[in-house]
Amino acid sequence: MSRRAPSPGRRAPAVALPRLLWIPAAAAFALVALPVAGLLLRADWPRMPELLTSEAALDALRLSLVTAAIATLLCIVLGGPLAVVLARGHLPGLRVLRSVVLLPLVLPPVVGGLALLFLLGRTGLLGRRLDLWFGITIPFTTTAVVLAQTFVALPFLVVSLEGALRTAGGRYEAVAATLGATPGYAFRHVTVPLVLPGLASGSVLAFARSLGEFGATTAFAGSLQGTTRTLPLLVYLERETDVDGAVALSLLLVAVAVVVVGAGRSRVTQGLS
Amino acid sequence: MTTRVLAAAGLALLRAGCGGGAQPASPGPSAAAPAESGTLTVLAAASLTETFTALEKQFEAGHPGVDVKLNFAGSSDLAQQVVNGAPADVFAAASDATMKTVTDAGLAAGPPTIFATNVLQIATAPGNPKGIASFADLARPDLKVVVCAPQVPCGAAAEKIEKATGVTLSPVSEEADVRSTLGKVTSGDADAGLVYVTDVSAAKGSVQGVSFPEADQATTNYPITVLKDAPQAQLARQFVDVVTGDAGRQALEAAGFGPGK
Repeated sequence: MSRRAPSPGRRAPAVALPRLLWIPAAAAFALVALPVAGLLLRADWPRMPELLTSEAALDALRLSLVTAAIATLLCIVLGGPLAVVLARGHLPGLRVLRSVVLLPLVLPPVVGGLALLFLLGRTGLLGRRLDLWFGITIPFTTTAVVLAQTFVALPFLVVSLEGALRTAGGRYEAVAATLGATPGYAFRHVTVPLVLPGLASGSVLAFARSLGEFGATTAFAGSLQGTTRTLPLLVYLERETDVDGAVALSLLLVAVAVVVVGAGRSRVTQGLS
Repeated sequence: MTTRVLAAAGLALLRAGCGGGAQPASPGPSAAAPAESGTLTVLAAASLTETFTALEKQFEAGHPGVDVKLNFAGSSDLAQQVVNGAPADVFAAASDATMKTVTDAGLAAGPPTIFATNVLQIATAPGNPKGIASFADLARPDLKVVVCAPQVPCGAAAEKIEKATGVTLSPVSEEADVRSTLGKVTSGDADAGLVYVTDVSAAKGSVQGVSFPEADQATTNYPITVLKDAPQAQLARQFVDVVTGDAGRQALEAAGFGPGK
């Protein structure tokens, strides 16, 4: 789907916005942008290169990028089909299912981390058996970081994709079916291309959420350089002794997020959704 | 004038009646004292939660009309709040370093008093199933050990003991605060954690404490001070007197703290 794809909203002649909208819009923008500007002003720029190239910072950056990428992939592989089921499936209790999937949005992330610990910790419901039967323990591993991120990021992908699926509707698939397409064929060749922008924007959101994830990670995975200490965890720790270091690392996080969100948005997501 | 003296006398009577001898009379709160009312804001390290909550009740009983607001958090967070202008009267920190942030900024009303000390202890599962008996045991490869990160006081203390003993630990996690370290032991995910004696006693049996003699080589000081811009400077001094006085000593001792200096 190219950027030029016709989209009704874009093609229509520009209608002036009601003036009144600008005021709350500007306030909303200021609410987000000013604190970040504060970070920029507070930063110790001359020390920045030194602060950002410490071994701890580089380890954290690497770990954050790798785990957030894997978590996003898991969100797509697992959350994509879930969104399809939620949008198109005919099941009793689908509404309840949807509310459950949205839970990580409302749960404080630390509680999410505790919940994961109760399930997969060494004395957890499942974790106990994993330890007993296979000698596998999940807490304190990079796997735990990925699981925590996937837990908190999944709803973002599911909600975006489900919205895209609903907006697209089932008409094209119905036509494809009349032309003899099997459900699988229609899904691959009609549905997927149709909701690709929604999937992309959902993935960007999931990646951004994974990158910023703190609470569930610290509760479930712990914090050890190179293994579980992602950028947000390092920021939290660094501010104990060196606020400048914490600010520098936060800006690094902001920069990565801007690049990722910017890249994701400009490419595919401006099509349909 | 007469009314003021009368009011002060009445207040003194009232205090004598309600105080119940819970605390020694604070220095010089006599006739010149303004009527005691208002809110006293105390910023205190998270590890002081139990003791300061108990002292708050005593103080309020002795000072009718005064509402003590306790704000517990990590010492360094609180120090940052003070430096950034949070209105508060008293600051009680869990390390000299965090107090230094405040004194260096010129925000303490006077030199801080060390009112308590704390030492590390090994926290294990109840019954100590892994048979951990010494600090050196923590280096056993079959153990999952959790410590605090060196950036926070409990981690700095752990590091100091490692250096002093020559025992090098390979922790599975270096937590950002002592309660998280304890949490990993209570949840059963770690076999042992290095926390403060007071954390073990506050955990009320959900972990077992193993003392080790080397802990004395890294005592943590708890300094307290009245803040320079305290809106309630007089009450603040009285509160500090309670903490450093007999009532404070008793409460702190009961929670496992060592004596101040």
